[in-house]
Amino acid sequence: MMGSVLAPGSRRGVEAMEGAAVRGRSLWDDARRRLFRHRAAVAGMIALSVLVLAAVFGPGLIPFSYDEINKADTWVGPLQHGHLLGADALGRDLLARLLTGLRVSLAIGLVATLVSLLIGVAWGAVAGYVGGRLDEVMMRMVDVLYSLPFIFFVILLMVAFGSNILLIFVAIGAVEWLTMSRIVRGQTLALKQKEFVEAARAAGLGRGAIIARHIVPNLLGPVVVYVTLTIPAVILAESFLSFLGLGVQPPMASLGTLIAGGAQDMELAPWLLVFPSLTMVVTLMSFNFIGDGLRDAIDPKDR
Amino acid sequence: MLRYIGRRLLIAIPTLFLVVTAAFFMMRAAPGSPFDMDRKLSPAIERNIRERYGMNKPLPEQYLDYVGGVLKGDLGPSLKYQDKTVLQILKENYPVSLKLGLSAIVIAALVGISLGVIAALRQNRAADHTVMTLAILGVCIPTFVTAPLLVLALASKLGWLPTAGWNNGALPNLVLPVTVLALPQIAIISRLTRAGMIEVLRSNYVRTARAKGLSEGRIVVRHALRAALLPLVSYLGPACAGLLTGSLVVERIFNLPGLGKFFVISALQRDYTVVMGMVILYAGLILTLNLAADLLYAVLDPRVRLG
Repeated sequence: MMGSVLAPGSRRGVEAMEGAAVRGRSLWDDARRRLFRHRAAVAGMIALSVLVLAAVFGPGLIPFSYDEINKADTWVGPLQHGHLLGADALGRDLLARLLTGLRVSLAIGLVATLVSLLIGVAWGAVAGYVGGRLDEVMMRMVDVLYSLPFIFFVILLMVAFGSNILLIFVAIGAVEWLTMSRIVRGQTLALKQKEFVEAARAAGLGRGAIIARHIVPNLLGPVVVYVTLTIPAVILAESFLSFLGLGVQPPMASLGTLIAGGAQDMELAPWLLVFPSLTMVVTLMSFNFIGDGLRDAIDPKDR
Repeated sequence: MLRYIGRRLLIAIPTLFLVVTAAFFMMRAAPGSPFDMDRKLSPAIERNIRERYGMNKPLPEQYLDYVGGVLKGDLGPSLKYQDKTVLQILKENYPVSLKLGLSAIVIAALVGISLGVIAALRQNRAADHTVMTLAILGVCIPTFVTAPLLVLALASKLGWLPTAGWNNGALPNLVLPVTVLALPQIAIISRLTRAGMIEVLRSNYVRTARAKGLSEGRIVVRHALRAALLPLVSYLGPACAGLLTGSLVVERIFNLPGLGKFFVISALQRDYTVVMGMVILYAGLILTLNLAADLLYAVLDPRVRLG
């Protein structure tokens, strides 16, 4: 996937232009090799693949749906009445709810991260490339936003406009873009000194086109790393809101609502707490492992 | 230095103002009002109540009134808790949150720094790997998972500790909430300490100290640790923010009478003034701590020049 980036401005292209001796392996090949040698990252990728497959196909494969109430199966323990992981106070199958919840949490993680990615990359690239006064103003705004107790604003937002899923995306995405914009700005400052940008400018390309066509594609490395670390942060934020009762609304489930519900009934039915908690922890850890592995693989500093 | 403090304050004050403004209009944009009750109030009574709290005026005027009050140190009356001002509510409940937060951060610092130093001194050996694995776990397991699981194991099943409640801050009641709050901070602090320590142990002045024949213990404590802990100082601000977020969950799970529990309830009940008061308190706290951390950093590290 990453090896296919071969735009004239890519690292491989730059290397070729500098006339260095032709090497058998590109930087991206090297990075991939290092990533696959990183044991924790590989474990994370395997675990995550399983989780994603389960979240996508799982709900269709089991004979229960997440909101199907069976009065006869109230508080049924794991492996009883055909409920692999047991059932809750309304006799709803925990496995079905868990898979649906995982799907919701992963989807929120992905979409909200995309929101933060779009804002962060645009903000950082413009500030870094244009520079001067504008850069100063834009980054000062980021500084100010950084110092706010953001979780309170997200809570206020959810309270004010009611919790619908769309708002969760926007609210969390809008909080998580700050670090992204800082990283992107730093990279852009370095990139804009490069020859290929100068060449583009000499060729008469406008600022917007240079940012979109030459700066942004070259930000891929650090951005990919940060994205893998943002997704778990977003999942965590959503679960936190759901735990407080402000996120996904019943009968819909997310990992956060399942854990919150499980915590209430834990003395009667510990499985309702244990399985969602385990799923949550494994999900967060796989993302973090992959992120760490990618950082070691891509960031030349720690080599 | 003074110029720097002045400039930072010049930024902090408009920031706080921004927070107040955003929170005020966000709260007011919410549907519903603090006077929605199960039993519908007669229009005349509701009009009277609104008039009493100045809520019959147009919104911009209410905003100006509120900001004017805040500038005079008056956060207004609570709309839900009869006969109490917001300041009284804050004063009554912050000691609980403060005690929790301070205990958690002190314990997190002590444990985290010790673990980080041990890991750095035994780099790439069993002790290091153990500490770093625990640190990853600590970062990945959220408070709302650790809290119920620990309660289930240590309180419900084994009965060693009370499941919830404050009991005037008695030690057994403090153990679980403080542990839960401290765990993620321990994880982050130990990672930061390890990274800082490893870098410092490689530096020239540590080699000089070794060459001079100082004992390893003395080198670590007197020379290396001081420099290695610098990154921790700038973590102070984010750590405080993390504790606040954590306390929202912890105070709810353990049913503690702190501010965190108040915030969500008040927001849901549309107790405008109480929510505003807490937003101001927390934002002010975070801004102050960030400034303090930056100043402390400059004092500790003579290489840093504040401009």
